[in-house]
Amino acid sequence: MLDRAPRQNQPPADATAETRPVKFRGGGFIPGTGRYGGWIALAAAIVLWQLADSIALVNPLFLPAPLSIARAIYQLALSGALWHHLSYSLMRIGVGWVLGTAAGVATGFAVGLSSLARSVGITFISALFPIPKIALLPLLILWLGIGEEPKIATIALGVFFSTAISVYSGVDAVPRNLIRMAQSFNVPFSTIVWKVIWPGALPSILAGFRITASVALLLVVSAEMIGAEYGIGAFVLQAGNLMQTDQLLAGVVILSVFGLVVGRLINLLETRLLHWR
Amino acid sequence: MDLIADHISHCFGTLEVLDDVSFTVGAGEVVAIVGPSGCGKSTLLSILGGLLQPGAGAAELRGAPPQDSLNPLTFVFQDFALLPWSTVEANVEFPLLHTGLAVAERRALVDDALRRTGLVDFRGTYPKQLSGGMRQRVGIARALAVRPAILLMDEPLSALDSQTRELLMEDFIRLLADGAMGAAYVTHNLEEAVRLADRIVVLSRRPGRVREVVPIAMTRAERGDIAARGKLLALQNELWSLIRTEAIDAEREVQHA
Repeated sequence: MLDRAPRQNQPPADATAETRPVKFRGGGFIPGTGRYGGWIALAAAIVLWQLADSIALVNPLFLPAPLSIARAIYQLALSGALWHHLSYSLMRIGVGWVLGTAAGVATGFAVGLSSLARSVGITFISALFPIPKIALLPLLILWLGIGEEPKIATIALGVFFSTAISVYSGVDAVPRNLIRMAQSFNVPFSTIVWKVIWPGALPSILAGFRITASVALLLVVSAEMIGAEYGIGAFVLQAGNLMQTDQLLAGVVILSVFGLVVGRLINLLETRLLHWR
Repeated sequence: MDLIADHISHCFGTLEVLDDVSFTVGAGEVVAIVGPSGCGKSTLLSILGGLLQPGAGAAELRGAPPQDSLNPLTFVFQDFALLPWSTVEANVEFPLLHTGLAVAERRALVDDALRRTGLVDFRGTYPKQLSGGMRQRVGIARALAVRPAILLMDEPLSALDSQTRELLMEDFIRLLADGAMGAAYVTHNLEEAVRLADRIVVLSRRPGRVREVVPIAMTRAERGDIAARGKLLALQNELWSLIRTEAIDAEREVQHA
């Protein structure tokens, strides 16, 4: 029961009185993204950096100018060293990421769909996920030798845990009403997994890919710095040891470009597969 | 084919939700289930449709379903339960994918369901592009595509605005006019119940028991006449007087929960 609060009646407004606009109180809290703003800011920062070098404001040994870095990249590309190092890194990332992702997706689905796998899997994943995987590299070298295998295994392990978590979180997030709907039509388990759970979990899985791509990049550089002759990580470390900072930063720029390209590919994948959102 | 609620009781943990509920939905009959909030209406429908196992009693079928029925007991959900990544056409086709029908047969069933629900021009659109009313039409088309014997409708209009609700109510009346399909129709809206049902099962507050079964001795076509409005309103008031006190108690109970 709702009771009217005791209050006086409002007197009618004077029809001849001056009107005033209602003050606008909405707006804000919706940050927009300019199309070119970011690129202009980046270009401005590079120009300032170059200027600082031209007027000898910074020591080029500690911070070489953008043009020197560009020249170093060009020379690396010309000599074939760039492709040589990059091909090693790409091979390690590619194989490690594919292996870790395949195992992570399979495990994530098992944990998301089976009570037994869930009770066992979540305990193991929770216990092992926080370990920095690079700390396992020496052990993996002992187990697998000093070839490519331990580096690939380190990347695969790093990718595996993040993928498994994003996949079972995605499976958990699939609206239950959709699964009940499918069951109400006697849709078989495999069709529910393929037609309801997989597309429903895909946003989370693709968000996981974005994370695992950077995990793989981080681990490949770390692993190559610890024990590799070739690869961008080894190249950066070597350049640092020789005080070739232009070469060092050339390697860093290449890593940054690689990260941007992978991010762009995942954006494209999201646009293509998640157009329904 | 009849659908029988046979002494159904159910608990969620220590919370008793349904207590010894029995009634029958006859072939081609529309039975509305009304009652105060939280009385177990939706739980009862889930049990009747085989989505929830009752603590005691059973949901049973009597008689053979129509020969062409691909899913005799078919739900229409309150929240539509559409696959957001599929087009209208794919949503309607979804329950047919595992039936073993040839593509042409599936296409014919989908086309028929889309035609009956006025969705032919929207077959390529996605759920997010549709209004609430149109989304529920897709849910209805999906249900019709499998040729159900009995529709299990769980507050199918409660998520819609009043104008859309009125339009869809007219569609339901048309769909159920020929008696080819029966329905168990859960609603908290007594107007919907008196306009659509042949019988109304009134449940008590939790744990839901059958408090009264009210038959409506008018065809659905007759209920459209202005002359019938007075009678329907009186019936609606009668139902409300049965539920009102318990609805107040139930509301306070929910607030304290």
